[in-house]
Amino acid sequence: MNDPRCYLTVAVILFTLGMAGFLIRRNILVVLLSIELMLNAGALTLLTFSRVWVSNAGHAFFFLVIALAAAESAVGLALIIAVFRLRHKVDTDDLAELKG
Amino acid sequence: MLEVLFWVFAGVAIAGGVAAISIRNPLFCALSLVMSFVALAGLYFQLKAAFPGILQIMLYAGAVMVLVLFVIMFLNMPDEERDEEEISKQGILVSIFLLVPLAAVLIGTMWSADLSDFGPAAEEFGSIQAVGRELFTNWLYPFEVLSLLIVAAMVGAVVIAKKRVVEDE
Repeated sequence: MNDPRCYLTVAVILFTLGMAGFLIRRNILVVLLSIELMLNAGALTLLTFSRVWVSNAGHAFFFLVIALAAAESAVGLALIIAVFRLRHKVDTDDLAELKG
Repeated sequence: MLEVLFWVFAGVAIAGGVAAISIRNPLFCALSLVMSFVALAGLYFQLKAAFPGILQIMLYAGAVMVLVLFVIMFLNMPDEERDEEEISKQGILVSIFLLVPLAAVLIGTMWSADLSDFGPAAEEFGSIQAVGRELFTNWLYPFEVLSLLIVAAMVGAVVIAKKRVVEDE
């Protein structure tokens, strides 16, 4: 497959799916997974353009994206555990203490 | 042959994404996301990005998702509570009226843009040596900042997740 647009279309679909999951789902774990999906769609775009312009910069950035995703999921999961200890629920609608 | 592989990987990646946001059980969500990530690694290999592909399988489908699965099993939510999760009505509305047009515009612009097909790639394109040279010369400062970020995230995760010790005893 030599057309970059096919890869970019896959990236757009994955990003849209991740955004939809982020908006629709209430389970905070699934919300975190949706964010991972969006990050991966961005990574696919980086690698596709890296291939179009035959440059390694996109690959280097992919490395940065993966490290960022690991840090994000570590903090996110720690937050989920802390919330679950307090509330015994992982539903985003239940967390309304900060609402004025 | 490679064409068929592209469609297989793209189909599995998208199907895994759809399953990840539509299945109720978070455990199966995470597993279908692993499937999607492995298929994405296949797409990376087709883009002549061997190093990112291996990183994707080892770090994403391996380490990060195992961490997620550990947390899901650690929480061990009862089935009834999981099944009464309500999906957000506003979220569905926003998805239909914002995300579908957004995706349509992006894909439409992309297909009308003048993007050439992939040209021939140099032998060392995507090799670990070439990526490492790029990362440690042109992108050294982002790399160093990212290592600071990871240390902060690690310390933060430990502090947030550890049990609170009651002090006034």
